[in-house]
Amino acid sequence: MYLTDRSAAPAADTGPGRRRGPRPGVTPVVLALGTVSLITDISSEMVTAVLPLYLVTTLGFSPLAFGTLDGVYNGVSALVQLTGGHLADRMRDHKLLAGLGYGLSALCKPLLLFAGGIGTLGAVLALDRTGKGLRTAPRDAMISLSTPTAHQGRAFGVHRAMDTTGAMLGPLAAFLVLGAASDGYDAVFGVSACVAALGVIVLVLFVPGRRRDPSTDTTGGPSGAGASEARPPVRVREALVLLRLPRLRALTCCAALLGLTTVSDAFVYLLLQRRAGVGEEWFALLPLGTAAMFLLLAVPAGALADRIGRNIVFLAGHLGLLTAYALVLWAPATPLLVPLVLALHGTFYAATDGVLPAALAGIVPEHVRASGLALVGTSQALARFCCSLGFGAAWTMWGDGPALAGAAIGLLCCATVAGLVLRPARRIRRPRSRPDERQGPL
Amino acid sequence: MTSLRRRLLVLVAAVLALAGVATGMVLHAADRAERADRPRPGDPAVVAGKVTLRHADRLVFVNGAAGPYRKAVASVPSAAPGDGRVASDLECVRFHAAAGTGVCLQSDPGVLKQSNRALLLDSDLRTQRTFALAGTPSRARVSPSGRFAAWTVFVSGESYASAFFSTRTSILDTRTMRLIPSLETFSIVLDGKPYRAADVNFWGVTFATDDDTFYATLNTADTTYLVRGSVSGRSVTTLTENVECPSLSPDGTRVVYKKRVLSRTNLWREHVLDLRSLRETPLAERRSVDDQATWLDDDTVVYALPTNGEVGSSDLWSVPADGTGSPRRLITGASSPAPL
Repeated sequence: MYLTDRSAAPAADTGPGRRRGPRPGVTPVVLALGTVSLITDISSEMVTAVLPLYLVTTLGFSPLAFGTLDGVYNGVSALVQLTGGHLADRMRDHKLLAGLGYGLSALCKPLLLFAGGIGTLGAVLALDRTGKGLRTAPRDAMISLSTPTAHQGRAFGVHRAMDTTGAMLGPLAAFLVLGAASDGYDAVFGVSACVAALGVIVLVLFVPGRRRDPSTDTTGGPSGAGASEARPPVRVREALVLLRLPRLRALTCCAALLGLTTVSDAFVYLLLQRRAGVGEEWFALLPLGTAAMFLLLAVPAGALADRIGRNIVFLAGHLGLLTAYALVLWAPATPLLVPLVLALHGTFYAATDGVLPAALAGIVPEHVRASGLALVGTSQALARFCCSLGFGAAWTMWGDGPALAGAAIGLLCCATVAGLVLRPARRIRRPRSRPDERQGPL
Repeated sequence: MTSLRRRLLVLVAAVLALAGVATGMVLHAADRAERADRPRPGDPAVVAGKVTLRHADRLVFVNGAAGPYRKAVASVPSAAPGDGRVASDLECVRFHAAAGTGVCLQSDPGVLKQSNRALLLDSDLRTQRTFALAGTPSRARVSPSGRFAAWTVFVSGESYASAFFSTRTSILDTRTMRLIPSLETFSIVLDGKPYRAADVNFWGVTFATDDDTFYATLNTADTTYLVRGSVSGRSVTTLTENVECPSLSPDGTRVVYKKRVLSRTNLWREHVLDLRSLRETPLAERRSVDDQATWLDDDTVVYALPTNGEVGSSDLWSVPADGTGSPRRLITGASSPAPL
């Protein structure tokens, strides 16, 4: 097998000269983690696709009992991410924390069957989100630590592309199961649990863990995804040092600032539907357009970011989003509007979702990499959450058009500020080179 | 590398085992679905036949009894609802009919998403018009005159990072075939003041006999309201709080509705509200009802309750509308009642 062959290869073999490597610079760890994410996303999107149907037709839920809890979960998930990142650094075992996160989410799938009420269902979904929050930072840290700084963008691009592939296959699998067995929601959840379990197994088998003493190291974990030096465990106080890294501070602030004006997908689709008169039956397919573009562009965008600079691509992605807002606001409602906006929306994800963590590789020291990734991820997620609340309020007061116009103007301002903040940081990079930057030639 | 070979072996074994378990579960569910399509001994007799909306003495509903006519629109004599059922070949998730007009909400799992439709039916249950729906069918209602139809669906804009749930309620004028896609475009007067918000959701429409007035549930800022609306005026006004899925009595003086007994739970109790005095009366049904009830006559309401222990199946129960008496099982294995 292609994947397993690569994952067993020693780290030294991952250089550009590797014989079969179509993507030089993409390490076995990245491919293994990408596979885990692909499998896990199939599993979770299977559930997401049928959950509303199950709630209404089988459990007889009143629709709204649910939506209110969602925001709270997102907040919790963001905070859990911070904890997961810190614990992973502290225990110097990213694989363990990621495995716990994936395992927790896998356990939740069969539990869905026993959740008959809003309380229990809410608890199961919260647990699922907790698992997602726990695993994100350690997983990204493993990608980051296994890849030379020069290839970070492409590595994250490959991972995000595989992840999105899984997300697109999930609904397909779910409706296949429902086609074979009508009302077979238990079968969907069961199959989803099996798929999730497979994801955990691939992680355990093929993602190298913390490098142990050579004498006890029997599994031969390559490429040292964990910290390879014998450092003392990271304490909270040491993690706080992160806040004193000026470039991390700048990037975190910019990510949060831009997050504050990133309107949530649901609103974008809703506005697009109203504006372009998308038929009701097509509404559910809009996210697929975004995902397809994300999938197509994730790797090229990452590679481009490696070449011309991650901050530039990250900012360019937001300009793509700004263009999408402008089109929704002012473009004539031609048949081209929907594909154009979705393409820009997908491009935005491709240029930002993996590029932001890639940008951290040269900034955050290895032993606190997961904490650093979590810090940026959490700030961005919380900022986006605030944006959702604010956008809803603006919509209430002024209507949908003015609310989006406000978001667009806000995004333009934030992007300008971010552009100013991030540009000089690139120039002073070389002279201020830190010991933790030894990896990258950039 | 032996360790690689070992890991591959473990992977292959795991894939085989998990594939086996998954296949087993799908086959089990498929078998159960097939069994549900076979009649069981002791179930009410169902025969294929012509179901029309013209006979005033029949009760039409969605048949839930196991057999080939599960999910089909069926009818029984109103006077003897336990008698044999006549089933049509029209399958619906949700159904309602009045004065020779029917509305049937359907939902099929498609390849990439479920496909949902609303069918407008004539008195022979022939499809007059089909409307695509934005989400999972939830409620359906036809006005007493048969002129207006309304339906509520549950929209989930699944997106990359966030789940997003809301309802969408549409009203169709069957005379002009003009569809109001969403009640959210109506102007709202809340507690006497004009109100606008992004989080407004409507569900559970019920029509008055004047072919203009309707009642419905409005939810905004975590509060549900009973609203009285005007189709021609495109407006709604709140009347009182904590009223869901109202259903107007034939004499137009009361609504039966489900009242949430504990916030943030799905526990409801059926109540009747006098629209003039706004006085509410809890009904004798003590179990939690999550349905838009229907009036059999001015003194009795009928609603669906899950059959004991069987997920996804329901029976129809009736209870006096004045809070007295006790609930009575009207029809086993049935939902979406529509007395003609």
